[in-house]
Amino acid sequence: MQIEPTHFTILSALLFSIGMLGIFLNRRSIIIILMSIELLLLSVNINLVAFSAIHENITGQIFTMFVLTVAAAEAAIGLAILVVFFRNKGSIKVEDTEQLKG
Amino acid sequence: MNVFFFLFSSIIILSSIAVISSRNPVHSVLFLILAFVNAAGIFVLAGAEFLAMILLIVYVGAVAVLFLFVVMMLNISLEEIKQQVKKYFVSGILVGGILLAELIFSFTNLDIITVRSDETHEAANKLSNTHEIGKVMYTDYFFIFQISGCILLVAMIGAIALTLRKREGVLRQNISNQLDRRKENTLEIVKIRKN
Repeated sequence: MQIEPTHFTILSALLFSIGMLGIFLNRRSIIIILMSIELLLLSVNINLVAFSAIHENITGQIFTMFVLTVAAAEAAIGLAILVVFFRNKGSIKVEDTEQLKG
Repeated sequence: MNVFFFLFSSIIILSSIAVISSRNPVHSVLFLILAFVNAAGIFVLAGAEFLAMILLIVYVGAVAVLFLFVVMMLNISLEEIKQQVKKYFVSGILVGGILLAELIFSFTNLDIITVRSDETHEAANKLSNTHEIGKVMYTDYFFIFQISGCILLVAMIGAIALTLRKREGVLRQNISNQLDRRKENTLEIVKIRKN
């Protein structure tokens, strides 16, 4: 059975849904939500690389690089916010973020 | 090759399920690393060797280890899964299932046109993947490349500014005070009387 483009896209769809489910179902800690966002970005990257290979166009891989850059920046800022939040409140449970309401 | 594809992709799916369902956050980070390593394998199969190495070095080497540091530093107690999980379980499964169904429906009905002209195939075989990326990235996408560097700089400054704190009772070097010292303010010439 030859690998078709559909296999890549179904893999990334599954990964995206799992990451989304992780954000929805998670009630314990914010750090799991950050990891779920990393999973979502990974699935997007798999899609970009797969279509870049199918069309033999290198632009998809370059955009993957930019997505990786933004994901790294987002992880750094998110973890810094998490550290500050833990210092102020003493826990990183999702329920404790409710005072953030505007 | 396709055996490896199914091996890597099944490990990715299983470990990402473990990421969102494991109780210990340290285990979640380790499963996230496993998912990234296998995604690097998928990238190699798709012909993107440079991105696979970037994923290993940047993600597994830096971001995942940063996650691991933060998880271990915060010292989160392992607590039991609360009843509130059930409150969101139905809606979460509903949203996730609908999303998955829609994505798979749209992806399986996709008409992917593979454009493989012979001359691009020839040209692609001559250059390595890294060479090709470099040729396009430093010419067509030069400004976006620079802007992504600025994004990383802003993220670095923001992370430092967020987590920097001043503690009481810790001696610090005050650079402006040091630079403001002048000879006439601090030195006093005393004449010593001879006996």
